[in-house]
Amino acid sequence: MKYSIFSLARAALSGHKNWPRTWRDAAPKERYDVVIIGGGGHGLATAYFLAHEFGIRNVAVLEKGWIGSGNAGRNTTIIRSNYMLPGNIGFYELSMKLWERMEQDLNYNTMVSQRGIVNLYHSDAQRDAYARRGNAMRINGIDSELLDQAAVRKMMPFLNFDNARFPIQGGLLQRRAGTARHDAVVWGYAHAASGLGVDIIQNCEVTGFVRDAAGAVTGVETSRGTIGAGKVGMAVAGNSSRVAAMAGLRLPIESHVLQAFVSEGIKPLIPGVVTFGAGHFYVSQSDKGGLVFGGDIDGYNSYAQRGNLPTVEDVCEGGMALMPVIGRVRMLRQWGGIMDMSMDGTPIIDRTPVDNLYINAGWCYGGFKATPGSGLVFAHLLAKNEFHKEGALFRLDRFRRGAMIDEKGQGAQPNLH
Amino acid sequence: MRINCPFCGPRENGEFTYLGDAKPVRPEGGAGEEAFYDYVYLRDNVAGEMSEWWYHGGGCRSWLKAVRNTVTHEFLSVEAAPGAGGKAVQK
Repeated sequence: MKYSIFSLARAALSGHKNWPRTWRDAAPKERYDVVIIGGGGHGLATAYFLAHEFGIRNVAVLEKGWIGSGNAGRNTTIIRSNYMLPGNIGFYELSMKLWERMEQDLNYNTMVSQRGIVNLYHSDAQRDAYARRGNAMRINGIDSELLDQAAVRKMMPFLNFDNARFPIQGGLLQRRAGTARHDAVVWGYAHAASGLGVDIIQNCEVTGFVRDAAGAVTGVETSRGTIGAGKVGMAVAGNSSRVAAMAGLRLPIESHVLQAFVSEGIKPLIPGVVTFGAGHFYVSQSDKGGLVFGGDIDGYNSYAQRGNLPTVEDVCEGGMALMPVIGRVRMLRQWGGIMDMSMDGTPIIDRTPVDNLYINAGWCYGGFKATPGSGLVFAHLLAKNEFHKEGALFRLDRFRRGAMIDEKGQGAQPNLH
Repeated sequence: MRINCPFCGPRENGEFTYLGDAKPVRPEGGAGEEAFYDYVYLRDNVAGEMSEWWYHGGGCRSWLKAVRNTVTHEFLSVEAAPGAGGKAVQK
């Protein structure tokens, strides 16, 4: 099924009652060349790139619930590439470029909206740090602009510029950043991958690995039977430690809960994404008008997919400090997702010490924007057993080698990244 | 979550700071790189009951050792950390 103006017109004539399914809900076969564990954005993107870029179409994506039921459905939909360190900067820009052509690539409306992101600064030191970041972006060919207070005021006159503790002096703007429709990204990759022959298998929980005499993985045990595999790639951020433990691995990862929030719908107020790092608050406005916002992770290990009230209070205080104008707006919904917090705040895409088992993990709370890049880089590794040039530093053994990529400089304390 | 501090009674978790898993123990100085790598970076990341360090900064400022279920957020026990003066107070 190809979506176009003609398919829309045809469906309109029959009252939109005859749309075919977006993707094929498959039953497991006996064996696949590649089995991907995890039917979130990253897993489905990996399957799509395996089929589309590398011609490997005998692929299954196994999902324990329904596709997109994990963090792909629990994020704040922001896309950006305003990173600074080697390893990150090229990777996130690769991802950004894939966002920019995603709808054409997938033949699916993922509502990519490049409405810009502004990171606010409140002191000379913070301005210098953002100038440095912006310059690192520009020498890598990524757009960035350092705004003074007047420029930020023009964009968002409602911000509290004269906050006593954190007066707004300006911000770092990336115009190409923005938001996308998170569920549509999942459905779009499922649509495109399924169309290329990938089997998407839901309600299929992996319960163990099948190993040969030499210890290599040759398949997975699941709630829907044993499935043979040439290679197995895990993309199960939030639960990476649990899945890796089935293969006897311990990871440099802790699982933490991150909460996010949506307000009732209001008229257009916020032009793009605003981050108030000093106050632990960031916000954008959805196309429906709701303010989508969040802050820090709760800070304790959790697999519960729900957080606690002190963090709710903290995030809302940050919002009120930044923009008192939202004081009368009611909060509509709030939810929690489980993050793979790695020991340096940077993801892992690598082989594992177990033959034929590959890992895609440790996304902290930056996984959504990475979805297309992660899929391409992981598929490259699975298909060729070589690293993509923009994904060569996300190694599992970098902690042992002292080659961390610590964008925030917090050290091995995952709840601070 | 509410944490039942042995000194202060039940308090909301906003009063507490989390350090993390209480299982890793700092190796002796000469234990070698591998032991330190394991201590600093690797975690069991337990889904279920886990012992962990909490600090009651908004109350008695004691270090506490709790057993908590990371799937349900239920606290199974909270006691004073060794050296926090707990034994004398708790009896």
